[in-house]
Amino acid sequence: MKFTDVISPFLAWSRAVKKVDTIPYPKQQNPGADRYRGFHINDTEKCIGCGRCETICENKAIDMVKVEGVEPTQGDSGLRPKVDYGRCCWCGLCIDVCSTGSLGLTNKYSWTTEDPGSCRYTPGVDKKSWDNEEKGFRQDNDVLGWAGSPREEMEIETPEKRIENFDEVVKGYTVQQAMDEASRCIQCGLCISACPAHMHIPDYLKAIAEGRFVDAVKLFYDNNPLPEMCGKVCTRECETVCAMGYQGESIAIRWLKRFACEQFESLADVLALDAQPGEPNGKKVAVVGAGPSGLSAAYYLSRKGFEVHVYDRLEEGGGVAWYAIPEYRLPAKGISRQMEVFEQAGVIFNYNKDIDSKLLTELEGRFDAVYLAVGLQKPSDARIEGEDIPEVKPAFDFLMKSPEKGEKLTGRKIIVIGGGNVAMDTARTCVRLGADVVLSYRRRIEDMPADDEEIHEAMEETIDFRPKTIPIRIEKTKTGIRYFYHEAVMVDNPEGGRPLPRPRDDVEHTVDADILFSAIGQTSDIEFISEAMQKEMEIKWGRIIVDNHQYTGYKNLFAGGDITPGEGDVITAIADGLRAVQGIINRLK
Amino acid sequence: MGVNSDPATDPKKTTHLFFGPQHPGVTGNMSIEMWFDGDQITKAITHVGYLHRGFEKLMEKRLWIQNFPLVSRICVPEPDINEECYALAIEELAGIEVPERAQWIRTLVLELARFAVNLMAFGGQAGTLGLGTGAMWGITFRDFVLDLFEELSGARIYHIYIQPGGVRRDLPPGFENRVLEVLKKIEERLPELDRLVLNNAVFKMRTKNVGVVKPEWIEEYGLVGPVARGSGSVRDVRKDAPYEIYNKLDFDVVTETGNDIFSRAMVRRREIDLSMSLIRQILDGMPQGPVATKLPNLTEWRVPAGEYYSRVESSRGEYGYYVVSDGSLKPRRVHVRGPSYVHAVPLLERMLVGANIADVSNIMVSLTTCPPEIER
Repeated sequence: MKFTDVISPFLAWSRAVKKVDTIPYPKQQNPGADRYRGFHINDTEKCIGCGRCETICENKAIDMVKVEGVEPTQGDSGLRPKVDYGRCCWCGLCIDVCSTGSLGLTNKYSWTTEDPGSCRYTPGVDKKSWDNEEKGFRQDNDVLGWAGSPREEMEIETPEKRIENFDEVVKGYTVQQAMDEASRCIQCGLCISACPAHMHIPDYLKAIAEGRFVDAVKLFYDNNPLPEMCGKVCTRECETVCAMGYQGESIAIRWLKRFACEQFESLADVLALDAQPGEPNGKKVAVVGAGPSGLSAAYYLSRKGFEVHVYDRLEEGGGVAWYAIPEYRLPAKGISRQMEVFEQAGVIFNYNKDIDSKLLTELEGRFDAVYLAVGLQKPSDARIEGEDIPEVKPAFDFLMKSPEKGEKLTGRKIIVIGGGNVAMDTARTCVRLGADVVLSYRRRIEDMPADDEEIHEAMEETIDFRPKTIPIRIEKTKTGIRYFYHEAVMVDNPEGGRPLPRPRDDVEHTVDADILFSAIGQTSDIEFISEAMQKEMEIKWGRIIVDNHQYTGYKNLFAGGDITPGEGDVITAIADGLRAVQGIINRLK
Repeated sequence: MGVNSDPATDPKKTTHLFFGPQHPGVTGNMSIEMWFDGDQITKAITHVGYLHRGFEKLMEKRLWIQNFPLVSRICVPEPDINEECYALAIEELAGIEVPERAQWIRTLVLELARFAVNLMAFGGQAGTLGLGTGAMWGITFRDFVLDLFEELSGARIYHIYIQPGGVRRDLPPGFENRVLEVLKKIEERLPELDRLVLNNAVFKMRTKNVGVVKPEWIEEYGLVGPVARGSGSVRDVRKDAPYEIYNKLDFDVVTETGNDIFSRAMVRRREIDLSMSLIRQILDGMPQGPVATKLPNLTEWRVPAGEYYSRVESSRGEYGYYVVSDGSLKPRRVHVRGPSYVHAVPLLERMLVGANIADVSNIMVSLTTCPPEIER
């Protein structure tokens, strides 16, 4: 043993006169680090109540609760997270997965209370002393990407190639892509209330993610008998509220529906016993119009045991949604596959039957209930001087006549007036037939009612977009027509709403063309309803006003789809059909 | 009576005593049942079960990502090795690439954690001999490192910072400088701790030739870490099977040949210097770039089926996770293999026979046994 070994430990006494390392708590309290995982805060305005924090919490410390003053709306469940500090371990997973980034942790870590109940609280609603704390652990989605991710890319044909034919523009997902895309769903269910037909979206996305495509198709048919159509042309309200869309891209719900349907040659075989007529209840219902709304009502009525007869003026089912939408968006080959299901479900079709007041009266007498889903059949007047020239044609009629099978328009010049989906479809069809197309629209491109996707794709396809052009008149020339227009400036609407286009000056611009298609909308044709009948129901702007169950107020007559006021899209029409089924069941009980 | 014919536990000749589980000299929550004759131990049995929280079973009931806050709780002083092992296994199973910067940051975190543990363990060795000042100083130094962890990860103890695909956040601005400041501060004061512990007559007398681990036991029991390296072994996963960026760092495996508690303390003391050197090398070579790979939707994440054994070098030696996935949302099986099982059960039971009763916690701490590793 060395002598220094005995002495050296005593040198520790030198510390006695130096600055101490410990802090005199509680007189001095160090603040938490800038990133400290302390108490919760929540921006309740930003929060949409998707409940992902509740799902990810491994301690079950978070409950989604109803909060006073926050009402459920489309895209907001109205629930907010309540944290239980008896269970929380402050791991911060809830912060990193929060789909809107509203949830955060502050750097406050010390809190004393006499009330143990206050340790369960709803951040942002129950006031706490740290509510306005700036520092703390906050989401950084750029680093982790747990709160939102990009969409699985859908392969799209190049504009140069796709204008050469009528093949579908989008090529569809592969199995792996679809399963990956579907597994991005966080199962929050906000989409269900946004979908007019309230489809079981989280359930079928889960089924697709797990490769159970048969289950997915069966789930579609629970409240949508035209899933393939919706998988291609739906307006997809669901995707606008998707929680994944806040910090990433919303899930491609529409494309996944399309994918699942395309996995099978025959949907009727897939559904098998799930699409059979219900046990007959002795009641008969007539459905007028074999469009989405009529088919939807017919299918579910038949499944409930009604004897259903569908009448349509066309040669096949599907309605104008199927006939007028061009091949490159909605190929005709899918129709027979979907129509088989209706036949298997026992729906009886009567095609080539134009409805008139005589037939309607007859149906009313023969059937226990009638569902009118005739849609809008008459093109709106363009109200432009010269619209009666034969070269000025309604775009809708052009689309209805399968233009892809008709004559080529090579080298011809076409003008399309309008900014809706029909205008886009007409313009894009004409481009595919070889024409040069000018598209004239009164307002700005962002005001166009057509789908953004449609506008975007149309702009890629050599179509000459002329927004902010006010039509003046059309004149006949030796070779065709001359279209006159003013350039517009947008002025604020004194009554509110969209800005109005007003001529910028007196200069008249012209375009020469061979044909002009007017695509400024459709109106109803309700002449088939007798005046006596019309008096019994409420009709506004040519549309039949109905109650929550599509009941017109006249005897056992129900109506739905475009003939009633609404969004005018496929899924709303299908939802009308679903409601009518419930209305008819209630009324015939 | 009379049934017991073992002289080591003969109630007429030996005293029967429980050491722990509530005893400040015991590492963690375990106990040793001892029989002794005079103050010489004749037999010792390790008892665990006071800390059983069913980690491995719980993990089978949770989503893959939800286990990160759980695995870190298996080891209080050094949670990061658990996160690292679990993350390595998932990355291997799911085929996830870790960005280069994330690998450097992970190595930094692992070394900082080892640094903090060794500071505490080195001081703690003195603490078991009643030299409380050394223990307190060790804990104080560790606290300086915990300040760094708080700044980096948002928590002092359970960092939950290493994640599959990388780390959870980038380094805060100026973090490198603060790490260097802390290293400098501790480095300046380590000689004081050395004078208090290593150059201490009491420490030397109580640790030299006490708690001998014979070199042949290393293979016999499968000893690892400072316990093996204190008896001449050069076993170190960082060198033998380099993970993250250890193969890019310049270092030699620390080894001592005294076989006793003193040489194990020396291994820890030299590991402190090694960690400081490694941390400086990491900060020098840290590349720029992303710190995490994007993962699939965490609540629907199905890790592809397969099995993998990941291992890292903890402050106690080789530490491994055997992870099995059946391709579902949750792990099928996770087995945690910590070195404490052999160190605290067969080895400790053998070492204690013939030892002095006053040296029990001394020997036990020199093995740095950690009960949660034994009862997962």
